[in-house]
Amino acid sequence: MRRLLLLCAGAVLLAGASAGQELRVPPSVSAGEDATISTAGSGQATFYVVGPGVASKSSVNLGEEIQLHGQDLRNAGHYMAIVCSSTCQSASFYVIAAKPTNLSFLVHPSRVPVGQENAVSGVALPFDTFHNLVLSPAEVNFTMNAANAALFSRSVHMQQGIGWFRTSSGKTAGTVRVVASVADLSARRAVQQVASDPCNLRMQGQRTAKGITVQTEPVRDCSGNPVSDGTIVSFGAVTANGRSTVDAPIKHGVARAQIEGSGAAVVSVASGVVIGNELHIGAQQ
Amino acid sequence: MNRALLIILIAATALLMAVAFFMPAGPGATVGVASGSALPGFSPKANTPEQAMANVLLDVKRRNWDRAFVGVSKTSGVDERAFIEDWTGSSGSLRTFSNLEGFESRPLHATNDEAQMRVRLHWSTPVGPEEEARDFRLMREGDTWKVVWPHTETASVPAQVIPVDYLRWDLVSGGAEDEWGARNVDAPHVRILSMNAVQAGDGSVVMGEVVNEDTIPAFVNVNATVVDGSGNAIDEESSFDKIAHILLPKQVSPYRVDFPQISLQRVKNVRMDVKATLVPASADPVIGVMDQRLEPDAQGKNVLRGNLFNESGQTVNIPHVVASFYDNNGKVVWVADGYVERALLPQSSEPFAVEVPRALVGKVQNFHVVVNQYSLGRS
Repeated sequence: MRRLLLLCAGAVLLAGASAGQELRVPPSVSAGEDATISTAGSGQATFYVVGPGVASKSSVNLGEEIQLHGQDLRNAGHYMAIVCSSTCQSASFYVIAAKPTNLSFLVHPSRVPVGQENAVSGVALPFDTFHNLVLSPAEVNFTMNAANAALFSRSVHMQQGIGWFRTSSGKTAGTVRVVASVADLSARRAVQQVASDPCNLRMQGQRTAKGITVQTEPVRDCSGNPVSDGTIVSFGAVTANGRSTVDAPIKHGVARAQIEGSGAAVVSVASGVVIGNELHIGAQQ
Repeated sequence: MNRALLIILIAATALLMAVAFFMPAGPGATVGVASGSALPGFSPKANTPEQAMANVLLDVKRRNWDRAFVGVSKTSGVDERAFIEDWTGSSGSLRTFSNLEGFESRPLHATNDEAQMRVRLHWSTPVGPEEEARDFRLMREGDTWKVVWPHTETASVPAQVIPVDYLRWDLVSGGAEDEWGARNVDAPHVRILSMNAVQAGDGSVVMGEVVNEDTIPAFVNVNATVVDGSGNAIDEESSFDKIAHILLPKQVSPYRVDFPQISLQRVKNVRMDVKATLVPASADPVIGVMDQRLEPDAQGKNVLRGNLFNESGQTVNIPHVVASFYDNNGKVVWVADGYVERALLPQSSEPFAVEVPRALVGKVQNFHVVVNQYSLGRS
């Protein structure tokens, strides 16, 4: 392969110095399609074609057309055709990406708290069947839909094969579908909009035979979204025996804990940086 | 010549065996590894409290339960099964995976008929060597001394049905053949809340707290690199087990990274690196930390003591406590951890204690305890 490339490079130098022979190439070829190169003159010659990831050598008859097979032209980019007999002649042509058949769509982040400015972004890149980035001008439509509501829709003119958007997260927690579409192609991604920090954290408690049972009211953020299950709520109780703490996860919207002890207790609740109410619970009778 | 040498060797061996058989172990402080009967199966007569204690512990060490139980006073009120379980543990606890490697005992108080001894037990465990201090009472029964075995209260859980709101996160990960970008799920957002580097003995310690700010569980590991004045890395260590690795959303864990041989004077900078990965996790079991208080223990050490209360219906085989201690400015001045030897049965409590360095006792104004749990057959 290296020898072939060196040979091609030498041939190109010779081709620069030569004149008189004619080589006609198509101005551009679509990736994966057959192409024809015309030659002038007569006699046997050696034909080289060098392109992105491709280098081949064959014998041709001058004056006849040279057929380039689509499988040798699958990579988009700049190609050079060289014909050498007593002298060498070269011509270059460009292979452009074929029709887009696949749309790569990156959306970030996969989870986002509600009400965040410019927190969601997405990038769409169309590729043809040979994984060439399609650079030809096209419109890409981005849409964002919650359960039943359209949150966002924008049409973007792709530049250099890339179209992108940035938008704020919505006000309601839940899964948001983000779709990018170019012509008849589309790609769909999911973004989980999650509740923000808890707001107005409140609990209730009562003494039981085993100690004190405490339970929060449904924990919601300031937009009214239920805070994600699993979020830790810390209950603390100060008694004559010391301090007791329970880190309890929210389940079905509420967190509950059992605190052992029969003495009077001052119970507090917090989640993250949010502090809730305080309860004074008397000793067991 | 060869025959003479053989006869001399046999005679010397027989003499040494006879000496070992008839000569009891010396009195005073007894070191379990080195003391006791030189001949397995033969124990010196327990005519002193020290010898009685040593006999029992050596037989325990050899797992010779019948012989060990002979040294226990009938007044103890424990049967042999309970005595064995006290040493071997149950319910997949840390003790079930541990071995008694040695012991040291010293008398605290003695009269003609009664004595009290303090024993330091050295255990080898899967989480490293552990030390345990226990006080024993011994009584003279006839011409021998026997150990009055303390009756250990074991949690008795009545048969019951405990409803569980099962909350768990599973992870679906993409394969290599997936389309680029189709299966991207962001790693959890985890943040180091504080970091404090202090000199501890000959080495240095980096500690602080880390929080999971995300809405999904995170597997967290904290790494620290200490850097000298020229900007060269001196050493890199991780928090290993001095952290609660799985953090639920909004959960805070202390962490501690030890650099045993590196003086803080050599360190000009510390580079922190917190790694968080998405893992399947469960929100259960919930373990409460009850009656936390700082007080001196029987040996005069300052400890944070309390009880772990298992609020769930699952057995926690090996509970692990990690505690952070704060000064009056809310700065983390120490992080300590400790394993609980006994399993934490459902709806029951087990005591724990972690030591606070003597030098920090006056500084500590507040503390925070988190509980790790290792349960057999569950992630």
